[in-house]
Amino acid sequence: MEKKGWDGFEIGAMLRSFDGATQDIATTLPENRPYSVSNSFTASVADWRIEKPLFNKDYCIDCQFCWVYCPDMSIISRDKKMVGIDFDHCKGCGICVQVCPTNPKSLLMFSEQKDEEEALEQWPKKEKKDQSEEPKED
Amino acid sequence: MADTMELRDIEVWDGNMAASQALRQVQVDVVAAYPITPSTPIVENYAGFTANGYVDGEFVMTESEHGAMSCCIGAAAAGGRVATATSSQGFALMVETLYSASGMRLPIVLNVVNRAIGAPLNVNGDHSDMYMGRDSGWIQLDSYCPQEAYDLNFIAFKVSEDHDVRLPAMVHQDGFMTSHTAQGVHTLSDEAAFNFVGEYKPMNDMLDLDHPVTHGVQTEEDWHFEHKARQQHALMTAVIPKIEAAFAEFEKLSGRKYNLVETYSMDDAEVAVVCMGTSVETAREVALEMRQNGIKAGVVGIRVFRPWPLEQIAAVLKDVKAIGALDRSSPHGTVGALFNEISGSLFNTGTKTVLTNYIYGLGGRDLTKAHLVSIFTDLKANADAGKVTTPLQQYIGLRGPKLSFF
Repeated sequence: MEKKGWDGFEIGAMLRSFDGATQDIATTLPENRPYSVSNSFTASVADWRIEKPLFNKDYCIDCQFCWVYCPDMSIISRDKKMVGIDFDHCKGCGICVQVCPTNPKSLLMFSEQKDEEEALEQWPKKEKKDQSEEPKED
Repeated sequence: MADTMELRDIEVWDGNMAASQALRQVQVDVVAAYPITPSTPIVENYAGFTANGYVDGEFVMTESEHGAMSCCIGAAAAGGRVATATSSQGFALMVETLYSASGMRLPIVLNVVNRAIGAPLNVNGDHSDMYMGRDSGWIQLDSYCPQEAYDLNFIAFKVSEDHDVRLPAMVHQDGFMTSHTAQGVHTLSDEAAFNFVGEYKPMNDMLDLDHPVTHGVQTEEDWHFEHKARQQHALMTAVIPKIEAAFAEFEKLSGRKYNLVETYSMDDAEVAVVCMGTSVETAREVALEMRQNGIKAGVVGIRVFRPWPLEQIAAVLKDVKAIGALDRSSPHGTVGALFNEISGSLFNTGTKTVLTNYIYGLGGRDLTKAHLVSIFTDLKANADAGKVTTPLQQYIGLRGPKLSFF
């Protein structure tokens, strides 16, 4: 961002989300919103992350839990279908993996350097119920 | 729609009631408060006005003074006219958020009923809390009686909310001496008072949904300095002309004239005391009596403490032979604040005036006429000698051996 002088910006350490006026912003997709340069949407915080979530669409049931629980709005969903992850803003907290209800999970954490194709090949299989966990009769 | 209150031309109000009536008349949208002696009746009265339908706004009870000012900041950022009141320890707890309010350029009006700061705990009036606020970036107006506490609230809203200013303002009055002493107060009608201040005009408000904004951002070494410079620029250049304009307009409306620096018997004065609050009224009376005894005494009252009217102070004082700066706050390790400010105002003017410092009235101790006679007598000796004949800083009205420094 251009470093303006003391008289070159608006007062009050106040930042505008958008350039100019906006209407119906809630129904405008993020990629179509006129985010200003000072909005965090335009900044990447990818380097905050040491682990990343990867998405396997073969097991996803589009329950939207990950989208609901992501604290950084980094789950990209369109028409209630999980599309992928916004890696500019995902901080690798792993909440999406925790809340994923499928078996195996459709989202898993990997090291930041992990190749996606390799990760998908190594994706764990469906876990069978462990007999020992069944309640025993006394 | 809020009910109108029919006021007599002159009401018998103490400083607290005068301030709360002014808040009612400008129809504050949000008062968030945590009451503290001696300012409690300001927000208590206001809550009563709200409950009885005389105000359309919200009264919010908070968990502390820190919470009260934080709530005021949120309401002001959202786009409302906002005010509250506090004193002393409560003011001290607010200090962190005072800097937020001014840095965020939010026009909040804070009535500060001046009270000592403990320990030892004390509920009476001195200027310790007012002095604590002097670096906080707020406009600070000082009243000497209930009438002025009423009038200066209108000035505070008008100046503070001006889009060229957008800085919060404090209206000070002395604890108990002003806040709890009932006097005749000339009133404005509800309509005239509201029209003087006008409808609140929001700026960068969070409730403007077509222009979403983030308030209270973080800046580091790359931006912080520029923001603080911009804030200082507004406080130093925009505020004084706006206050003068508001004073002029208020005089047309009410017939009551205010000045950045109030002067009494100063035209030919050889000696002068500079003070604030109720002490100004006592000093005025003593100055007239000194004149009957052949001492050309005058009084300078600080009306606008921040921004400090440096040039106006210098103009008023540079031809006086001896000046006493009266500070009603323990300076804790240096000379009093008024002594410092006046020194700084006069140092480069080439004046030969002699300046000394008096510490008085801590924790509500009376400043008597006899004290002021002794001060004027000191100043007369300094004026005649052309140099300081007393210690630089003296304690006045203190029991025990005389205490002085430098």
